[in-house]
Amino acid sequence: MPRFIISALVENKFGVLARVAGLFSARGFNIDSLAVGETEDPDTSRMTIVVDADEKILEQVKKQLNKLIDVIRVQDLTGGKYVDRELILIKVKAENTGVREKIVQVVDSTGAEIIDIGRKTLTVEESGDAHKVGALVELLRPYGIVEIVRTGKIALQSDMENV
Amino acid sequence: MSKVTGAEILIKSLVEEGVKHIFGYPGGSVIPLADKMFGNKDITFHLTRHEQGAVHAADGYARATGEVGVCVATSGPGATNLVTGIATAHMDSIPIVAITGQVKCALIGNDAFQEADMVGITRPITKHNYLVKDVNELAKVVKEAFHIARTGRPGPVLIDLPVDVQLQQAEFRYPKTVDLKGYKPTYKGHIGQIKKLAKTMTRSKKPLIYAGGGIVLSDGANVEITKLARKMEIPVTTTMMGLGAFPGDDPLSLGMLGMHGTAYANLAVQEADLIIAVGARFDDRVTGRIDTFAPNATIAHIDIDPSSVSKNVSVDIPIIGDARLVLKELNAHARKGDYAAWRGKIAEWKRDFPLKYKNDDKLRPQYIIEQICEITKDKDVIIATEVGQNQMWAAQHYTYTKPRTWISSGGLGTMGFGFPAAIGAQVGKPDHIVFDIAGDGSIQMNIQELAMAVIEKIPVKIAILNNGYLGMVRQWQELFYDKRYAWTVLSEKAATVCPDFVKLAESYGAKGIRISEKKNVKKAIKEALKEKGPVIMDFIIEREENVFPMVPAGETISNMLHGLA
Ligand SMILES: Cc1ncc(C[n+]2csc(CCOP(=O)(O)OP(=O)(O)O)c2C)c(N)n1
Repeated sequence: MPRFIISALVENKFGVLARVAGLFSARGFNIDSLAVGETEDPDTSRMTIVVDADEKILEQVKKQLNKLIDVIRVQDLTGGKYVDRELILIKVKAENTGVREKIVQVVDSTGAEIIDIGRKTLTVEESGDAHKVGALVELLRPYGIVEIVRTGKIALQSDMENV
Repeated sequence: MSKVTGAEILIKSLVEEGVKHIFGYPGGSVIPLADKMFGNKDITFHLTRHEQGAVHAADGYARATGEVGVCVATSGPGATNLVTGIATAHMDSIPIVAITGQVKCALIGNDAFQEADMVGITRPITKHNYLVKDVNELAKVVKEAFHIARTGRPGPVLIDLPVDVQLQQAEFRYPKTVDLKGYKPTYKGHIGQIKKLAKTMTRSKKPLIYAGGGIVLSDGANVEITKLARKMEIPVTTTMMGLGAFPGDDPLSLGMLGMHGTAYANLAVQEADLIIAVGARFDDRVTGRIDTFAPNATIAHIDIDPSSVSKNVSVDIPIIGDARLVLKELNAHARKGDYAAWRGKIAEWKRDFPLKYKNDDKLRPQYIIEQICEITKDKDVIIATEVGQNQMWAAQHYTYTKPRTWISSGGLGTMGFGFPAAIGAQVGKPDHIVFDIAGDGSIQMNIQELAMAVIEKIPVKIAILNNGYLGMVRQWQELFYDKRYAWTVLSEKAATVCPDFVKLAESYGAKGIRISEKKNVKKAIKEALKEKGPVIMDFIIEREENVFPMVPAGETISNMLHGLA
């Protein structure tokens, strides 16, 4: 199934997240990621939803999203130009100095950052688009990944074409 | 300004909205509200015997009057008893506001006594819902709730109100306007699209109007569609929800289409080159197998709800807007094409495949419906139904000429809907004759409301088409499961009815009449009509009578079963 990126501007009220998520779950879609946060206007939030879905059903879900009283605007970013970012924290095994050095090299060369140093692990922070974040995970995987946490994608339509 | 309690704010807000009737049932979480209603002159409270009765009554009231129906229940079990009725209203786009008590704010989420997460439970079956935790928000919420319920595509809205908020105090200021950033329904159709449809109509050779419940919901749309059809001489078929949207006695009327629709309506759909769908949602009971529905037609779809368009069938000319306004505009632009040959063909089908049944001396349900129609045709009548064969016979054999005269659970198909809905309709339209056409199964789902009907002298006439079976399910078992009548036998022999509905009526203080012979049908109906209170007519019908024609579920319309008669 194709992957879609939906951006929804919603009222910043309790229960909105459940309403939105419910539209996907009622149709048996798995939400890949969902990121929510306040916008420039404290009364509204923006949700970025990444979902694997059947195209025809997704069309219906978008219309249903628009129908929700608390949803102000829905954009499907999938086909157009957009900028996106994700934040990831990776805790990776680093039990001896040799390994530590190699990890530090990887981290430096990718522009990521080490934000926590343990006796047996290092925690690396990276933000970027899906490609960049995915690449770092692959680079660190051989050392043994202990834990990963990611925020899920946030995205905005790009204005590049207007410049 | 002096302060009043949340309960008073709610009542004042309801009065502002023009509410005259509330149907409901009390409990600990709504006592403050009940207390403030005591002796209220503006609003009459109707005490049902079950919360499901209350919500269906509010729904029937809304369907009959076009106003918002209101019901009240206490928290927990009272509130959850509303769920079926809320879902029923949601599926048929009926404007109701359901008010539920909730446990004290501090207890919410703690599995408190009689707590249920109503906002969570009703999220998928309401147009919108609210939990009001701040008494200062209450008036605004009520204003919004009524606005949302009655505008755009109408629907149910739930307000969950904690008992302590009903007791807290605030100033009462009722907002004059509503501003919801995410809710701006589109009423005016796109003029370019309307003109495109008008052109397509003129060019078309075999156009067909397919009218749904949206015509009934958009007051005045029936006038516009009748004008359009008559001016252009285009035949009209309606969905079950659209019965009455176009006069059933007009020569252009093809009656209902779909699973139990007329053969000629279904044949016309299959052969049409243009389908003008208005306020109809291409339900699977209408389309049968979707990939073979209207194979030759350009499809135009007028609907206020964008999510209805191209949901089931792909639409060539979508027009989003209010049915009345769009049709009015269409009427201004439409020019007549040449459809004489098409109408000739339809006339042939009407002659060759009429709606029919075996009209012998046995007591058959179709005959009963025809007699009710005959006796009441010059009067203001509302027909509510239960669900099952009774509903289909009432849809097929009564001629509906006006909107809001047919009240039936279409989308959800809720047994037990008809009687309380009929009560609500009668409360809203006291001058009308109101029938509930029932099955012996369905009527037992909310028969307790006879108590309210008797005490409040609500003169609904219940006509039970008593076959001793859950007839519609039995029909499927007969046709598709080799007559293995599992779970569908209500009484072994028709004569040994259980319960004895005549005695049951009498035990509630209502009149009961049993009719076993065809020759007594008319007399019984007339006798029932004379009665000032509710009446049960228990018609002991042919046990294995079937509803025909029938397109089996998921089949192509051309595989219609015509029956034996
Ligand atoms: C609440 C509910 N439960 C079950 C059904 C499934 N169902 C549809 S029709 C039907 C039989 C209805 O029997 P009855 O009311 O006696 O009417 P008849 O078909 O005999 O006219 C049943 C059980 C339903 N529609 N609603």
